Amino acid sequence: MADLALGQNVLNEVNPQLVLGHPTYHSITEQVAGIMEGKTPRRWFLAISFTSSITLMLGAMLTYLLVTGIGAWGNNRPVYWAWDITNFVFWIGIGHAGTLISAILFLFRQKWRTSINRSAEAMTLFAVACAGIFPLFHTGRPWRAYWLFPLPNLDLNLWQNFRSPLIWDVFAVSTYATVSAMFWFVGMVPDLATLRDRAKNKIRQVTFGVLSLGWRGSARHWRHYEMAYLILAGLSTPLVLSVHTIVSFDFATSVIPGWHTTIFPPYFVAGAIFSGFAMVMTLLIIARWTLHLENLITRKHLENMNKIMLATGSIVGYAYATEFFIAWYSGNPYERFTFLNRALGPYAWAYWTMITCNVVTPQLFWFKKLRTSIPVMFTLTIFINIGMWFERFVIIATSLHRDFLPSSWGYFRPTIVDILTLTGTFGLFLTLFLLFARFLPMIAMAEVKAVVSNQNHHAAEGAQ
Amino acid sequence: MSLIKIEGSGVTGRKYWRSLDQLAATPEFKTWVEREFSEDAAGMLTGKSRRTVLKLMAASFGLAGLTACRRPEANILPMAKGIEDYIPGQAYYYATAMPFGGTVSGLLVETHDGRPTKIEGNPDHPNSLGAASALAQASVLNLYDPDRARQVTAGGQPSSWDAFERFATDHFGKAGDGSSIRFLSERVTSPSLDAVRKHALGKWPKAQWVEYEAVNDDQAIEGAQLAFGKALRAHPQYDKARIIVALDADFIGVDSHTVLPIKQYSKGRRIEGPDANLNRLYAVESNYTLTGAAADHRLRMRGGDVQAFARDLAAAVGAAPALNVLSDGKQAKFLKAIVKDLKAHPGKSLVVAGPRQPAAVHALAHLINSALGNLGETVTFTEVAGWTPCVAAMKQLAAEIGRGEVQTLVILGGNPIYTAAADVDLKKVPTMIALGLDEDETASAAKWHLPEAHYLESWSDGRCGDGTASIIQPMIEPLFNGKTAAEVLALISDYKDQRGFDIVRNYWALPEKTWRESLHNGVIAGTKAPEVKAAADVRRLPAAASTAAPGIEVGFFPSAALYDGRYANNGWMQEAPDPMTKLVWGNAALLSPATARQLGVADGDFLAITRNGATLEIPAQIQPGHADNSISLSLGYGRSKCGRVGRNVGFNSGALRASESFWYASGADVKTTGRKFTLASTQHHHSMEGRPIVREATLAEYKTNPKFAGEMVETPELFSLYGEHKYDHGYQWGMAIDLTSCIGCNACMLACQAENNIPVVGKDQVLRGREMHWIRMDRYYTGDENDPQVVYQGVPCMQCENAPCENVCPVAATVHSPEGLNDMAYNRCVGTRYCANNCPYKVRRFNFLNFHKDLPEIEKLVFNPDATVRMRGVMEKCNYCVQRIQEGKIKAKADGRRAVRDGEIQTACQQTCPADAIVFGDTLDPNSRVAKLKKQDRNYAMLAELNVRPRTTYLAKVRNPSPELG
Repeated sequence: MADLALGQNVLNEVNPQLVLGHPTYHSITEQVAGIMEGKTPRRWFLAISFTSSITLMLGAMLTYLLVTGIGAWGNNRPVYWAWDITNFVFWIGIGHAGTLISAILFLFRQKWRTSINRSAEAMTLFAVACAGIFPLFHTGRPWRAYWLFPLPNLDLNLWQNFRSPLIWDVFAVSTYATVSAMFWFVGMVPDLATLRDRAKNKIRQVTFGVLSLGWRGSARHWRHYEMAYLILAGLSTPLVLSVHTIVSFDFATSVIPGWHTTIFPPYFVAGAIFSGFAMVMTLLIIARWTLHLENLITRKHLENMNKIMLATGSIVGYAYATEFFIAWYSGNPYERFTFLNRALGPYAWAYWTMITCNVVTPQLFWFKKLRTSIPVMFTLTIFINIGMWFERFVIIATSLHRDFLPSSWGYFRPTIVDILTLTGTFGLFLTLFLLFARFLPMIAMAEVKAVVSNQNHHAAEGAQ
Repeated sequence: MSLIKIEGSGVTGRKYWRSLDQLAATPEFKTWVEREFSEDAAGMLTGKSRRTVLKLMAASFGLAGLTACRRPEANILPMAKGIEDYIPGQAYYYATAMPFGGTVSGLLVETHDGRPTKIEGNPDHPNSLGAASALAQASVLNLYDPDRARQVTAGGQPSSWDAFERFATDHFGKAGDGSSIRFLSERVTSPSLDAVRKHALGKWPKAQWVEYEAVNDDQAIEGAQLAFGKALRAHPQYDKARIIVALDADFIGVDSHTVLPIKQYSKGRRIEGPDANLNRLYAVESNYTLTGAAADHRLRMRGGDVQAFARDLAAAVGAAPALNVLSDGKQAKFLKAIVKDLKAHPGKSLVVAGPRQPAAVHALAHLINSALGNLGETVTFTEVAGWTPCVAAMKQLAAEIGRGEVQTLVILGGNPIYTAAADVDLKKVPTMIALGLDEDETASAAKWHLPEAHYLESWSDGRCGDGTASIIQPMIEPLFNGKTAAEVLALISDYKDQRGFDIVRNYWALPEKTWRESLHNGVIAGTKAPEVKAAADVRRLPAAASTAAPGIEVGFFPSAALYDGRYANNGWMQEAPDPMTKLVWGNAALLSPATARQLGVADGDFLAITRNGATLEIPAQIQPGHADNSISLSLGYGRSKCGRVGRNVGFNSGALRASESFWYASGADVKTTGRKFTLASTQHHHSMEGRPIVREATLAEYKTNPKFAGEMVETPELFSLYGEHKYDHGYQWGMAIDLTSCIGCNACMLACQAENNIPVVGKDQVLRGREMHWIRMDRYYTGDENDPQVVYQGVPCMQCENAPCENVCPVAATVHSPEGLNDMAYNRCVGTRYCANNCPYKVRRFNFLNFHKDLPEIEKLVFNPDATVRMRGVMEKCNYCVQRIQEGKIKAKADGRRAVRDGEIQTACQQTCPADAIVFGDTLDPNSRVAKLKKQDRNYAMLAELNVRPRTTYLAKVRNPSPELG
């Protein structure tokens, strides 16, 4: 599908090829659909029982928080936001890779995206779900958090303050979540139809039958489908830029030194893509290895991803340097202090962790040998994930903990609830991902088929 | 009550029973019922109970017109029917006085429907002049302390006043001439108690009465005896002195029991313009005190060395023969500057010595004042009748008890078992009867413990320092059936009057009109003691001056928070940061950076201080500016028998305090133990980092450049993204805080706490930085760490016109009022905390937890019904006491007036500020005090460069250093 203008001849020239071996349409369907149609492997049960217990712990932590109050976390005066918003920005950032891969790379005709876009999009949704926990639960009275939405209410005469970046956030994130979900679902329709057709029991037939929205694979369907997909891609593209821009406004529009800076929107977007790609990589490398998808997710894919990480990582590193330069150049003593304090103050350990992981690590991708080595890239993506979490922590905590009046300076220490809540979101994320891998096609079969070279088409069967 | 079958009351109908015990009507159950509802309630229910109730109701209606003072009947009934002229929900203010440390402070108490909720100073009282100290403010919380002694106990078992009365009749009936009876009380300031005492001592002529205060002025009176030959009490007039020398005297801090010295001193620190004439304060002290912080020059010196300094000072002004004991060049230079100033201001200078200094230093101070012609000018004297030194008397009492000469010890108030010197043991007395507020150390040692009525529950009286008497009238019926010292003594000694009201009323025997006036005004006119003219005589001085012994000296200071321990169970005070160290929920051994290095200790390291076989383990805290080779300990902590708040909080420095070394102990052995302790503090960073936060200049600099404060920061032309409001009509509230007058005493913090129902969060939460004070007292050190200067800055909400908190709130829970207030709508707040992040002053406070969760019912009585009690998860902050603003506006409207008069509305912090440093009012009214202050050159807005336009502005601090030492 989605063969907008590239002819088959162009595809054939791609070297190395996007799909290895010589899979036919049928073998692709067999391979991808087989993952969810076969017997549930033991290790899947092992994995999901582990991750879902972590998710349960997240539930326990959130319940405890709900019963006790924000005091269950380590947030204090002056660090009123700490791990809560760090985690929120971190997870939202993770989501960006999915949207970027499915929307922007689609519009740029980057064919190599086909085998990774589905899981990347799924990851976007799951990351947004994890992120969404924090704006809700970090409020002092979560049962009133719905007041952030412009709902009609006569009893309170409450209307939102549209000057507040948090309101912008509400719209940005909810739009993002909605569009991402639609995009993901629409892209899945032909594959769902394939699964419906292959279904051997009533439940699957009905479920996939409903979900595939009566897809029959007619040319007319394809035409509408491709147009819808294109429109959604067009809608999603600005979101990649806008969501994190608006998230960065939470900080950039404030008066706090270290937050009050115009570089934040591009810097946050680059950081988001950087971290999102790292997370996609981490998961794909595992999935590719456990589900034997080496022929569909090739080294080529991984290398391309690494190149993007190198680019965005360098932008992030450049942004760090620019912040320091501007702090010095502005002549503002509070700004200067904040940045010196970041590098040399009580949170220097966090700052240098961030620098090591985010600035030094991606530079290793200049070397082709490292860029194409699976163990190396796996390790580095873990580092980048850690580094990007720390970036948000550094921005939030080090700016807040020492602002204008030294009398009010403080220090934030996480509580066990903070730590377990963050761990719990990983549990939730992985659980959702495991469920996805088990019950939905992890790889966009229809799209991958479109990049399979010509000679293999003829053996094609399946949904089309 | 109706569910209980009332015996003999003729109640018919179904019989309900609460337990099998009740059904069986066992004696245990009957006593339980009696205990639960107290004898009076039980009494009312028996016999002709209904008639009694009706009679009492009729009486209360009859007396209902009396709202200017509290009605004196003994039983109070719920106001099921209205009382004429009484408006439910309206706050009423009654004058009373708080006995404290041998004096009384005149107060006005705000009551809501019979509940005292807020203490204010009585403007008509000579020693409060409208202000109330932090301790006085917090005393209202002691009233509602859930851990107060609730009943009479005998041998630790619940008993009753009836049982005690039977015991007392029998026991004291056999007392004979009273040679085996001793009475022990705090300093008696109550004339009516004194009258009962005379009656009791007349009945038992050989009985003796000991007065004891753990924080006392023994040495001051002894010093007056040395200098003048008779016991006199000195009354320094700080407002009349241009040059003040404080010799180890923290007269604006812990050494004064009233706010009067602050009121007087701050009068000399008023600046209207560059032609201002400021007083000059020199402080010589070991610990860094509030007086040292306010001083223009401070000399750090061990407490034991102050005598030598005083001796040289006396010699230099020609008041005493020269000894020239000073050797240190810095001290000599300091002395020279003082001498020059003193000589230039005869009759307008003042040398004061602190209560920790021996009699000789006080005598020297008197001699110096005499030589400078200050007697009768800047210091006046009144006679002290029947005075005995209390530390010596206590020691003698312990000796008598040790010899078995005392059979009965009657303790009337206080907690002497805890506060007495370590070598004083009172526990061996066979029969100890103790009247006290709390279930404290004394209560647990006593055979009979009697619940004392809090002063807000009492009819009593008291004289303040200058002799002026006040009637103490109750605001509320004793919550726990307590009695006053006079009532208990009257009961024991069978005095003619038994009820507190009768004792006081009949003692004064004033005509009804005068009596009511006295109650209303809070002072009894014409009771001021006459001034005594005294002449100092140098001949009684000891020939030699002593200096501190080598080694480390240990000094004992009353705690600014707990005083002598009586506020230990008071959450407000436990959480009120020490003015200097900013420690809360505990004390520490304070020592200089050099001494700390020498001992190899850092903050929180345990020290083992051993002296005369007693060892105190206490964490160290480095106090910049402390004298070297000296350790300062605050009293009042480490209470072993105390309520839930104060039990084992801090370390009991009293363990080292012996009678012979009551204030300073030399020869202590100090070791480190290697263990660490976490001290909680509300401020962790003590330098301003070169930022123009507190702006300060010397008087000379100010005269050269009156606009120095504004020039300390470059403010470019500022623009706002959003359209700006004009704020050009109606009331526009604003505040000005004069940093020159502010002395950092915390009174504003406590006033705010009481007025605005600010919760206490506890040590754990303070360690997490979650304390809730709406106005905080920032303290910064400037200069050298060994000898820094200290500046204070009270920080309430700045009520920014371009408030950064407002535009970030997603639900518009914090918005601007047309009068320029940054309002907080608690019930709208969802608690995103974004506002607090974006507040450059960090004055917003968040309810991280439900801080009212475990509050006992009785403590809820202290809440001000005019201010919301905030729930968990919402933000809160100073709102300039918006409830007071509204009340003032309503009052102005009801009076048919068009505008609120300047000064009519006072914020709680402003109202109580003893230094009058806080001024609030309408900034648009050019004649208002606040508008005038804001027009001064010294006025500056902190962080104005952020274009937040704060309504709270500061008047820069101006010190008046001597050109000699400049």
